[in-house]
Amino acid sequence: MNMLSEVAVEKVLEKPMNIIPLKMVGKDVSVYYGDKRALYDVNLDVRENTVTALIGPSGCGKSTFLRSLNRMNDTIEGCKVTGRIALDGDDIYDASIDVVELRARVGMVFQKPNPFPKSIYENIAYGPKIHGLARSKADFDQIVEASLQRAGLWNEVKDRLHEGGTGLSGGQQQRLCIARAIAVSPEVILMDEPCSALDPIATAKVEELIHELRANYTIVIVTHSMQQAARVSQRTAMFHLGHLVEENDTDKMFTNPDDQRTQDYIMGRFG
Amino acid sequence: MTNALSPADAAVISRAPARRDIGIKRRYAAERRFRAYGIAALAFGIIFLFLLLSTVVRNGYTAFQQTAIALPVEFTEKLIDPDNKRATDPSVLIAANYTAVARDAIVKALGVDAQNKADVRAANAMLSKSAPIQLRDMVVADPSLIGKTVTVSFLADAQIDSANKGQVDLTVPESNRKVSDRQIGWMQQLSASGAMAKQFNTGLFTSGNSSRPEAAGLGVALVGSLYLMLIVLVLALPIGVAASIYLEEFAPKNRLTDLIEVNINNLAAVPSIVYGLLGLAVFINFAGLPRSAPLVGGLVLTLMTLPTIIIATRAALRAVPPSIRAAALGLGASKMQMVFHHVLPLAMPGILTGTIIGLAHALGETAPLLLIGMVAFVADIPGSPMEPSTALPVQIYMWANEAERAFVERTSGAIIVLLLFLIVMNLGAILLRRRFERRW
Amino acid sequence: MSTSLILIILLIVGAGAYGLAASRAVRMSGGKLSALHSRPGYYGAYAAIWAILPAALVLAVWLVASPMIVERTVRGGFPDDVKSMPVAEQNLAYGMINAIARGLPMLSAEDTAALSSGSVDVRAKLAEKGVPLAGDVQPYMLEAARTLNAETGTSRLAMTAVVALLALGGAAIALRSVAPRFRARNRVERVILWALVAASSIAILTTVGIVLSMLTEAAHFFREIPPLEFFFGTVWDPRFAGAGSTSAGQFGLIPLLAGTLYIGFVAMLVAVPVGLFAAIYMAEYASPKVRSLAKPLLEVLAGIPTIVYGFFALITVGPFLRDLSMQVNGLLTGNYVNFIQAQSVLTAGIVMGIMLIPYVSSLSDDIITAVPKALRDGSLGLGATRSETIKKVVLPAALPGIVGALLMTASRAIGETMIVVLAAGVAARMQINPFEPMTTVTVKIVAQLTGDLEFTSPQTLVAFALGITLFAITLCLNIYALYIVRKYREQYE
Repeated sequence: MNMLSEVAVEKVLEKPMNIIPLKMVGKDVSVYYGDKRALYDVNLDVRENTVTALIGPSGCGKSTFLRSLNRMNDTIEGCKVTGRIALDGDDIYDASIDVVELRARVGMVFQKPNPFPKSIYENIAYGPKIHGLARSKADFDQIVEASLQRAGLWNEVKDRLHEGGTGLSGGQQQRLCIARAIAVSPEVILMDEPCSALDPIATAKVEELIHELRANYTIVIVTHSMQQAARVSQRTAMFHLGHLVEENDTDKMFTNPDDQRTQDYIMGRFG
Repeated sequence: MTNALSPADAAVISRAPARRDIGIKRRYAAERRFRAYGIAALAFGIIFLFLLLSTVVRNGYTAFQQTAIALPVEFTEKLIDPDNKRATDPSVLIAANYTAVARDAIVKALGVDAQNKADVRAANAMLSKSAPIQLRDMVVADPSLIGKTVTVSFLADAQIDSANKGQVDLTVPESNRKVSDRQIGWMQQLSASGAMAKQFNTGLFTSGNSSRPEAAGLGVALVGSLYLMLIVLVLALPIGVAASIYLEEFAPKNRLTDLIEVNINNLAAVPSIVYGLLGLAVFINFAGLPRSAPLVGGLVLTLMTLPTIIIATRAALRAVPPSIRAAALGLGASKMQMVFHHVLPLAMPGILTGTIIGLAHALGETAPLLLIGMVAFVADIPGSPMEPSTALPVQIYMWANEAERAFVERTSGAIIVLLLFLIVMNLGAILLRRRFERRW
Repeated sequence: MSTSLILIILLIVGAGAYGLAASRAVRMSGGKLSALHSRPGYYGAYAAIWAILPAALVLAVWLVASPMIVERTVRGGFPDDVKSMPVAEQNLAYGMINAIARGLPMLSAEDTAALSSGSVDVRAKLAEKGVPLAGDVQPYMLEAARTLNAETGTSRLAMTAVVALLALGGAAIALRSVAPRFRARNRVERVILWALVAASSIAILTTVGIVLSMLTEAAHFFREIPPLEFFFGTVWDPRFAGAGSTSAGQFGLIPLLAGTLYIGFVAMLVAVPVGLFAAIYMAEYASPKVRSLAKPLLEVLAGIPTIVYGFFALITVGPFLRDLSMQVNGLLTGNYVNFIQAQSVLTAGIVMGIMLIPYVSSLSDDIITAVPKALRDGSLGLGATRSETIKKVVLPAALPGIVGALLMTASRAIGETMIVVLAAGVAARMQINPFEPMTTVTVKIVAQLTGDLEFTSPQTLVAFALGITLFAITLCLNIYALYIVRKYREQYE
């Protein structure tokens, strides 16, 4: 697998933000649920090998924006997306783009851990199997092990790979879901409040994992915890009532934000 | 395009990596196939629905019309009461030879030679076998008719009726069909004079059963089904609601109520014929209630419908939010008052919907009624639920077993009537649900 | 006094007690209703319950018990030679006595006198009044009929008195206890609660009734036919009594069971794929518009009475299959002979399958939509297509529930009656050709119990043995299915 060395990670980290390539670009993105408008002309870019955190009070549209990045909104009836979202320069809502292919490139981890009611092994092997990424048993074994390794779960589950995935603890389940997403080798991983259902220790483990994954993947994470955004992300975008209020380097955002509302939110005046 | 997308300070768009082959084409073909199976399955079900309904309607809509022949009938005293004894012995009026009266009427109207036995027989066969009985009933009701000539509307024989409706293939050689060329000529003659005409078949709804298809009607079955429905409604609704209130609001959650719960779910799935056996053994053999009586049928159907009503009522009670209960109790209402003043009225639309659906189910049920003897041949409309009767679906079963073509028409007509009742009931349930449905 | 008159009087007493108690409560409160423990209506209801309930219970018991007691006295008075006759003849005699007793009050005074002197023929006289008798009247019968009428009259009089006394007494007691601090509401509510309990016990009583009634009747049957011969017999040939043979015939369950299972199997073969795919399509693909149209249409299929399906099989599907087979045979071999009978396993199976489609589809629709959306999202989020998600995630997750739904459908197929009565045929044979008729347990229950019945012959009683077999099979299927489905639902709650 194409794991980068520690040196490479550091190199990426040191680069100034404005020369990191853009992985995804959102331009004038608006989302409607039936008659209700949930997002208003959002312009937001996602940079490669960066963790971008989306924050804001509940109902502000951050999850809606996240779900439009791999068209999971398609599964919601009456949902309409306007504007443009591009992945590597290609509009993902274009007719020529296939949604299955898109989701294979832009994976997703959900708020509540949702392992399939199958064994741990089958949970991981599911993605590669449907996409035909592996043929032999050995290939699958290798993918399963590598994915679990990267999700930091290997040592905990290697002796019970063929037991049910639903028997794991909440934190382990969530890392299983992350491993499941990695197994497809996506380019971008979207995480929708991945720690909201977890206890602090499990949260710390997942955060550590996010930090490591950043070397290989572009990550967009929705979180309602400011501390988490500050801990894991390099870029932060603040949403409020469907509008993008401010997008900035995380350091700047949490020390000296440009927008009054961001400051209020971070200081805990609303939300 | 890409430039327009990027903000001013961003330098580069990430280069697109080499695309992996994830078998998109093959997988979408499988997707389309899978979808097609689903559509095919749905279409299969719906096509059969229309096939079934169209069969019934095609065979049955003509049953609502009936060919009648209006003839001047001479009630000659010589034939009916030759010895003039009717003042002292009214029974002569019942035993008189009305067959001859009817035959004379048709023979005269057609101008057939009364000496030609074959022609007289063919002419007489055009009238329903019920014609003499019709004349008898007229004379018994009004003996002053004797000696007069009155125009009477007779039912045509089933064969003539179906020929008049264009259901007989006249290209078939005469020996292979049941209507002779002679009779067809007479039919044209009668139609031209206006004596023979199709009219709305009121007899279908008022007459009792008969072995002659043209005279057989649903009167007994309709009244019988009405009794059944009334008994089921009067018994099953209050008992079902009371049972549900207890189980949902008062019963302690223990093994016994668990058992009752499982028991009710099972009763809902017990084959209906088993309820017929229960009715036969308990109500008829043990309690000594009369066979064929709608009372027994109603009791059996009540037991059969109860689980459905209980399940629907419990669901409706459960849908009333706890906040309503808390509000009532918080004002100092007793639990009984809370249930009867607040929960029950709010649940009522759901309960009634469930009840109507249960009733519709009971209306179409046949098998248990067969076992308790409601398949009896009943010609007179029952005056009370203790008298023998049939029911709509049972009448359909009995007619379906008759061989004559005309009975197929009657059977289909009866099915249309039954389905209309069911549609009205179900529409009522849907409207009730729409009108009063509450979303919490 | 007639029973309905007594009931009306009871109601009037009850209404009176209600009014009196309510007004008494108001009076006692001294104009301040809040001084009362309960609303005045509850005091009224309390009094009405006391007035009506005990009296009505006694009335009911009396109505059931009194004829039995009277019958015993009358029979006790039979002459000894009558008492030595067989029970059946005694019953006949008692039936006649009953009829005479009914006819006697219709006679005029002279007629009655004439009867006593024995100068008139009782039978002719009663027939004149519209009371036909089965045989000639013997003197002791007349006497017994008089005793019967006298006893019944006394009993009625006593009953009226006791009931009236109870009603008035109950009302009086209740009225006396009306007091501002008296908890009338609680008492009334306790009575209502017991009424609710009684209503829910009917569900249990029904099951007990089914099991007991069928077991007793089946036990009568097994006294004449050994259970082994019934359960393992391979020949069904119940000769009717009076057909010339003295043997009771053979009652082998196996051919009926084979037919039942075979037809059910064919039906499931039609219903399961169609119903399952229809459910999947509606749950996962159909737009709300299509769903709101297709779902009710399939439900119509479920609402059509089975007798209509039977008729459809009889006049459309059966003849169609027969003619089709004739054409196919003709084209293949030149011999235009049908190889599918109009009444056959195939006809009954197909039509029953169509009837079962909506059961399969609506049950599995519920099961499939109960699979959490999170699982679908998880799969779609990995880039699975819809059908991959359904086949590899949704269906495996829903499998236990679907199995439960299919078991319930199978139990319905086994218990279905009207379709097979009209479409399957009556020949009880064991064979594997689906184009030939076979018969089922339910068909034979109907066949044995329509027409004249005598509850003593095995030809009739066998229906109850068949019934208990059917009940046991469907009960096991249902309990197991309900258990599976319940466990399945708990998993996702």
